[in-house]
Amino acid sequence: MSVPAETVLPAGQSLGFRLRRRLLYLVQHHWRGLVLVIPFGWLLIFFLAPFFIVLKISVAEAIIASPPFTPMIDWVSDGIMHVRIVIDNYAYLWEDDLYVNTYLNSIKISTISTILCLLLGYPIAYAIVRSSHTTKHILLMLIILPFWTSFLLRVYAWMGILADQGLINDFIRWLGYEPIRLLYTQTAVYIGIVYTYVPFMILPLYANMEKLDWELLEAAADLGARPMTTFFTITLPMTLPGIIAGSLLVFIPATGEYVIPDLLGGGNVLMIGRVLYNEFNANVDWPVASAVAIALLLVLVLPMMLYQHIQGKQVEGK
Amino acid sequence: MSQPVNYNDRPWLDPEAEPFIKVQSVSKHFGDFTAVDSVDLEIYKGELFSLLGGSGCGKTTLLRMLAGFETPSSGSIVIDGVNMNNVPPYERPVNMMFQSYALFPHMTVENNVAYGLKRDGVARSEIDRRVADMLSMVELTQFAKRKPHQLSGGQRQRVALARALVKQPKVLLLDEPLGALDKRLRDQTQYELMNIQERLGVTFVVVTHDQEEAMTLSTRIAVMDAGRFMQIGTPTEIYEFPNSRLVAEFIGNANMFEGRVTENGPDHVAIEGKNPKCDFYIDHGMSIAEGTKVWIALRPEKIRISKEKPANGGINSVRGMVHDIGYLGGTSTYRVQVGDGHLVEITSTNQSRPKDVNPPIDWDEEVFLHWEPSSSVVLTK
Ligand SMILES: Nc1ncnc2c1ncn2[C@@H]1O[C@H](COP(=O)(O)OP(=O)(O)OP(=O)(O)O)[C@@H](O)[C@H]1O
Ligand SMILES: [Mg+2]
Repeated sequence: MSVPAETVLPAGQSLGFRLRRRLLYLVQHHWRGLVLVIPFGWLLIFFLAPFFIVLKISVAEAIIASPPFTPMIDWVSDGIMHVRIVIDNYAYLWEDDLYVNTYLNSIKISTISTILCLLLGYPIAYAIVRSSHTTKHILLMLIILPFWTSFLLRVYAWMGILADQGLINDFIRWLGYEPIRLLYTQTAVYIGIVYTYVPFMILPLYANMEKLDWELLEAAADLGARPMTTFFTITLPMTLPGIIAGSLLVFIPATGEYVIPDLLGGGNVLMIGRVLYNEFNANVDWPVASAVAIALLLVLVLPMMLYQHIQGKQVEGK
Repeated sequence: MSQPVNYNDRPWLDPEAEPFIKVQSVSKHFGDFTAVDSVDLEIYKGELFSLLGGSGCGKTTLLRMLAGFETPSSGSIVIDGVNMNNVPPYERPVNMMFQSYALFPHMTVENNVAYGLKRDGVARSEIDRRVADMLSMVELTQFAKRKPHQLSGGQRQRVALARALVKQPKVLLLDEPLGALDKRLRDQTQYELMNIQERLGVTFVVVTHDQEEAMTLSTRIAVMDAGRFMQIGTPTEIYEFPNSRLVAEFIGNANMFEGRVTENGPDHVAIEGKNPKCDFYIDHGMSIAEGTKVWIALRPEKIRISKEKPANGGINSVRGMVHDIGYLGGTSTYRVQVGDGHLVEITSTNQSRPKDVNPPIDWDEEVFLHWEPSSSVVLTK
């Protein structure tokens, strides 16, 4: 904080000093606001801006040019502005059974996957929380360990396991039975999604259960509740926030999943990610692809809002 | 000749009576640590049995074994004639009030209290009535719809109490039930506990830190230390005839004097005090060898203080200097320095106003303390 001698004005009056003081004041008195600038800035740059760009493209028309869509604003002579908003793309999505069915299929697959992840993840999270200190850390490590290898690699590994000449069918043949078709079926997609996303279910559940007061379960038992009743009246309601968080973390990415249905489902399982890819790359119809993306967002925003609503209610209750 | 004795109030003296709760050489180990060390305990129907002892001495652990949350490492627990070793908590005729309350945070006060009744399949109208009764007893009627986190500490404690009481089980285990209540509510709840005990014949096992509470409530008290029972007896027995220094010091205040037995007659014992040097004369015989090192416990209210030298030749009396006077309204507490800086506490009731006492005792004055030959309690451990 050295001030050059010749610019020293009456104590603390230099411009630099005043600026620093203002800054210091800002940081000291508005640091909460300043801290919020980071996440909001992040959201603005990496979410909101791309969102509006995609939204803009989705109301354009496809043309053969670069970029392959019509501009939104044309400047006609004499300063007349021409705004083009085409909602044909959305109408097209709505009218074509392919899209509607693909959305429904995506939601069906991700819903069932979420339920499977929950049924699988809940007991695992419970077992981890209830295990001893050292075992707990080992088990958590094992849950996180798969993330150390590439996701794509793991999906390819599943292809090897599920293929007609793969591990499972080799085993079935060894047992003397007819091999079964696994790869490029819906079952393979479920296996892939559940395998990939179950850690995202387990971790929030674990975090939630870790906070659960086990004495509450004892109190319930003491008041005459059998283990089943205790589970449904105490454990389940107390772990509901974890269930919701985990389900969203599975449901949202699973709905838009592209790699798993593509590699494990082949062409037989149509999910929205695949359609999106086709529109962009095969058909080079950016506007329709953007409309597909926006519609997907709407599909996903609904459960999010539901979650917000429930959480808001819980905060109110606290 | 001999009168038939009525054991109604003191079932533990009746050789015929069958204890309602029988704890037989029960131990509980946590790893290397022994929380409860082969204790035996018999509690009779309708008793209000208090467990007293310092922090960490194993009271909660014992209660948790009675409730079924911990399995004894060894020994057995029998309640109402049934061995409880393999009975899960939800099938035991026992309700517990937890030290931490363990209220269900996602339920209203009302639903917390109703929880146990619902599990028993009690009719809806009956549940409503009993919950309402209970809530009015603990003065929480207007808080029925609140969640536990919207209550104060004392209010939560009352919910926990209500939740344990509402089922009217055969045995109620209360872990520090009244700690967070103010004096008025505590007195009222104490009264209500005794009322329930008498009305319903519920057997209470109460853990408490508050010895005054234990003295007023209990039929019997067990003083615990390091996982063992030091003494089990009625409040009077424990207070008047403690069997060890620990019990004497834990229950009420006691002045401890170290001494040595100098004479052991058939109807008296003489002890020479070490610090202060004074002679104790006890007017009943005891089986202690001469020369044994002993402690003498003297309760503060059993010592008299005066400015005149008592006329008994210096036996059961000592001279000292007033160090401190505390005026407590109904009583005054004097701390008198005797011998080598040993402080003796004396309480005396203020029958007349302090100013009228003639002559009044003041700071730094020389005073004489003396006590009856029957007041000293001789302890060997
Ligand atoms: N689950 C446990 N694992 C290991 N040690 C335990 C466990 N539960 C209790 N202990 C130990 O056993 C001892 C007795 O505990 P307990 O809770 O019975 O004490 P307490 O008499 O109820 O004390 P307080 O008056 O402070 O409530 C303590 O030293 C405690 O640390
Ligand atoms: Mg305790």
